[in-house]
Amino acid sequence: MKRRDFITNTTAASTLIGLGGLSLSSCSNLGKKQITILHTNDVHSHIDAFPPTHSRHPNLGGVARRATLVEQIRNENPNTLLFDAGDIFQGTPYFNFYGGELEFKLMSKLKYDAATIGNHDFDNGIEGLLAQMPNATFEMINANYDFTNTVMDGYVKPYKIYTVDGIKIGVYGLGIELDGLVTKKLYKETQYLNPYEIALDIEKQLKEKEQCDLIVCLSHLGYDYEYPEKPSDTQLAQKTFHTDLIIGGHTHTFLDKPDVRTNQNWNSVLVNQVGCYGINVGRIDFYFDTDKNAQAKGVSITV
Amino acid sequence: MIFTKVNNLPRRLNKDTPVNNLKFKQFVVFTTFCFLMSCKNDTEKLTEIQGKQIPIDSTYAQTDSIETFVEPYRKRINEVLDSTLAYAPKPLLLNDGERTSSMGNLMADIVFEQASPIFNSRSGNTLDFVVLNAGGVRSIISEGNVSARNAYEVMPFENYIEVVELSGSATRELINFVAKSSRRHPVAGIEIVTDKNGALESVNIQGRPFDESRNYYVASSDYLINGGPSVGFFDQIVSRTPTDYLLRNAMIDYFKKVDTLQVVADDRIKQMD
Repeated sequence: MKRRDFITNTTAASTLIGLGGLSLSSCSNLGKKQITILHTNDVHSHIDAFPPTHSRHPNLGGVARRATLVEQIRNENPNTLLFDAGDIFQGTPYFNFYGGELEFKLMSKLKYDAATIGNHDFDNGIEGLLAQMPNATFEMINANYDFTNTVMDGYVKPYKIYTVDGIKIGVYGLGIELDGLVTKKLYKETQYLNPYEIALDIEKQLKEKEQCDLIVCLSHLGYDYEYPEKPSDTQLAQKTFHTDLIIGGHTHTFLDKPDVRTNQNWNSVLVNQVGCYGINVGRIDFYFDTDKNAQAKGVSITV
Repeated sequence: MIFTKVNNLPRRLNKDTPVNNLKFKQFVVFTTFCFLMSCKNDTEKLTEIQGKQIPIDSTYAQTDSIETFVEPYRKRINEVLDSTLAYAPKPLLLNDGERTSSMGNLMADIVFEQASPIFNSRSGNTLDFVVLNAGGVRSIISEGNVSARNAYEVMPFENYIEVVELSGSATRELINFVAKSSRRHPVAGIEIVTDKNGALESVNIQGRPFDESRNYYVASSDYLINGGPSVGFFDQIVSRTPTDYLLRNAMIDYFKKVDTLQVVADDRIKQMD
């Protein structure tokens, strides 16, 4: 009896030690997580690489090469998301001939998770955009276009939450003012809403209600403008409280490195844009650790 | 914390009463449970961000399945685009004249020639002249064979030809805007002479002096017309007549019609010294 008790106790003790050890190590392993976000913008139907004779971008770009890169990165880290910040359409005969069919089909093959809508994505009219939606396995995300009275009603989400390795990533989208940029007969009854107001509403919802660990904005507002009254990504970064990353488009801005701005909470926000035509892919890695392990140091940013 | 409790174990094990054992088992289960729960509840915090840009260059092999998927689309496009439609004996450039360019003049001439009959049949009126924007002509045409591909390069956007009716005073404003601009905005059907400061000296439309007392019909791209006063070209518009004719298709139809592109950077806009 005594012996049996001893064995039981020993087993319990080692269970305690074992579980203690296990939970300690599994805790810290659970804490150290890596989320990779890949992004493109303003690809403008550039499916083929530029020819070697091209004066500005010789031998750069091409969807078949991008597919290889994306697959490599996904093999390294399965916790990878792939986004596009709009202006998928228009710029090569692939669009003129096939109306965006090939662009959407290829993005689906590359397993894009979401895209936002650029002004040129209205170039075949709102019906032209709708016509290609069956070819998209990725989400169309925009929060500041009201499509209620258009054929796109129900096809666009204001935001989407991705849970990757236990990390909740809230992704919302913003689009540029269409009036003056796109013919009304193309965008029809699409209503443009103030992107800053919408961003503040959505990020609050994603942070407080949805408890997201990471908040990403897919923006087609444009990087920065001479006129401060024109909404831009740099201003958005400084006006928001919870957005961690703004993936931009529209201005075809080639940045040397992601721009780091300070938000209303005095936290850092990354603003990135990778030029245009699929010449580059942006890669942002977010590392998470348990509160305990993370407390000593703040967020270290390497760009 | 956990290690303190583990260190207590040998002492506790010596007290081998069943009650103590039970308490101990409960304690172990409870502590382990607490620990697992605390682990589960331990929120992840962002500690590090790394950002970089990856150029898509030839070091990345093409994914075969993607390449194979694109191939039939590419083949069809190339068949259509690369068949020769016309010939350019000299390159058509965007900066070869003082105030005009051969490429810009070709564009404006094409719009005039191709849109005139459509406008006439739709409205019963006669087209007076054409104004386009320099920025809307996106490429030169090199010397040699001219194909539909050239039309796509010069005009990649889905812009349509549209005709606006302008009052005499609005027409004067438009002409002034074009004459004073530092850019070579393409025109056709009109000759503008300015002094060295860009002030109008003489304007002829369809060979006749400009008459401010009448309205004029001006063809342009719907992009400029919809852009309104902010773009600079069109402010007060009396009426609009769409042609539903893409600028690019007008170019392709014109290339099919002519053998040789004979156009020079002439003096249709002339600035006196």
